[in-house]
Amino acid sequence: MRDVYVAGIGITTFTRLEYPLSEIASYASMMALKDAGVTEVDQVYVANMGAARVNHQTALASAVVDSLSLTPAGAAAIENGPASGGSAIKAGFQAVASGMDDVVLVAGAERMREVNNLEATDFVATLTHPIAEYIYGVTLPAHAAMFTRLYMDKYGVTERHLAMVGVKNQNAALNNVWAHLQQEITLEGILDSPEAMTNNPYVAEPLRFFDACPVSDGGAALVLVSEEKAKELGRPLIRITGVGQATDTHAVHERSEPTDLMAVRKAAGDAFAMAGLTPQDVDVAELHDAFTILEIAESEEVGFFPKGEGHIALEKGETALGGKIPINVGGGLKGRGHPVGATGIAQAWEIVTQLRGDGGARQVQDAKIGFTCNFGGFGNNVVCLTFERED
Amino acid sequence: MSVDLEKILRPVDSPMVPYEPKYMLLASGEAAVVRQVDRDEIPDLLKYVEPLLHVERDYYDVVAARVYAELLGHYRHRFQDQYVLAVQIDGELAAIVNGRQVSPKLGLSLHTLAFRRGLRVGAHAFAAKMEYHIDALGHDEVLIVAESPIGFRRWMIEYKLEKRFDIPHELGGVPSWALTRELFNRARSSLVVGRRPVPPELLDRAMEAILPPSDPPTPALDPLAATRSMYDPTATALVIQRWEMEGRPNDA
Repeated sequence: MRDVYVAGIGITTFTRLEYPLSEIASYASMMALKDAGVTEVDQVYVANMGAARVNHQTALASAVVDSLSLTPAGAAAIENGPASGGSAIKAGFQAVASGMDDVVLVAGAERMREVNNLEATDFVATLTHPIAEYIYGVTLPAHAAMFTRLYMDKYGVTERHLAMVGVKNQNAALNNVWAHLQQEITLEGILDSPEAMTNNPYVAEPLRFFDACPVSDGGAALVLVSEEKAKELGRPLIRITGVGQATDTHAVHERSEPTDLMAVRKAAGDAFAMAGLTPQDVDVAELHDAFTILEIAESEEVGFFPKGEGHIALEKGETALGGKIPINVGGGLKGRGHPVGATGIAQAWEIVTQLRGDGGARQVQDAKIGFTCNFGGFGNNVVCLTFERED
Repeated sequence: MSVDLEKILRPVDSPMVPYEPKYMLLASGEAAVVRQVDRDEIPDLLKYVEPLLHVERDYYDVVAARVYAELLGHYRHRFQDQYVLAVQIDGELAAIVNGRQVSPKLGLSLHTLAFRRGLRVGAHAFAAKMEYHIDALGHDEVLIVAESPIGFRRWMIEYKLEKRFDIPHELGGVPSWALTRELFNRARSSLVVGRRPVPPELLDRAMEAILPPSDPPTPALDPLAATRSMYDPTATALVIQRWEMEGRPNDA
């Protein structure tokens, strides 16, 4: 198996974008191609979850490859729920690692704001079990709320811990010009003041408004290349050293312990094993905080902290910039936004930015090893990746 | 002759009790003061409303155009029984709401215009407006319409407004919705916040001057400018556009 490097990265502003989805993907792709210094690619993978349903567009990869004049490169769209981005990176990794391709463009894009928030919530809910969950009205906020309640009962997580994640990540986004939310929040304003319950009402108790990521449009892209090509291009050598993907039961209630995110644990374990690393080696991480509880739970399952102690590490500031393992320093899904198909790639974009030392005010000092966890479904399809900078 | 004509053209406002200012803490931790704006302060508002005429998204253009006309009409004595409330954060204008009294028992909501987004400032301002109608002016109900989906979610859905579709609203003649006293009382605990009296230093700061909004809505960024040009693969157009919007010097 050949080594695989990230030679180029690109991203759009995550916000509401009034342009065709293919253009959103193309813009991020063009930035990545320019960053890598390549004009031709062998293969294009485009991650997306809702184009057919939300934007009435299919065959997105064909549209992107044409709009970028990359024909006759191979092209395929990858739909794997919120883990589409991570899955597309995995496909690109396999293409280069196998020797089939030398240069692969991996893009992800979503345009969810084309529909109203009720339709967007319903669209995301289509990833749930159609007979056991969806028809009973289960949405992702509802899933997350039930998960949170169990987590609170079992491990002592409180609404204050959730709010602390929200404040940390939303305020981190202030240092990321591409992030959706550019508004500072405080614990006093969303939790402690007499007005807090109105400022930050329950969305699905115990989750409140500021516990959820925003609905965003946006795109992100990477250019993956072989070692030979990476050295030829002369860009900073950021290697994808570990790839793990795992699944769990589709219906959450079929799990023996719903607070046990087995697929996260397995995907992270496989990625670390492949890379020859341990969780403690990681300098900077991107976890899938679609809801604040998920950052806490994932920080435990991937091995940064013992089970049930993620919120304690949070209290100590260990997950903040400057802490033991800074998590979501670019805002995470909570602050940067969550255009579903683009998210896994945006996580990698942030990690590569960090490993290149280009993080500016949010830069983790001397970051050499990065980690991403792209969480699909409600934990039923997870992709974890490790990245290392080679000096 | 001209003096006599002005007497005819100028409406005679009904007596309306003043709005008692209040303040609340926002999600950002900042204190926002809601207070009534005097007629002679209207020009200060107009200059901050005018730029929004050119912001298409979220119907800011439509709402700003109408608010501008209403405020100007109020200032020039061509609007009867209108009141204007402003939300200020450290003096900075964060939102404007206005409405008018149709009769001693009926209020009419005109507009809610938020200059700061993401902090529920508009929602707080709307709640203050309803509080003024129901609690201070003693109206039994307030006629309301929404001109944007955001407004519809905030007013019609959150307050569970009743339909008054047989009454055309003064804004565009569209069917009215109504907030009754009963509906307002139900919403009071969850949607209406604010503390009184306002600490003197906060109120003084608000009264001192209406400062310009620090982050008003602007026309949508065109993040795909580079793509559209096709001859700008370095995304320079995007960067320049962002710098211009942020008021940074353009050295590119």
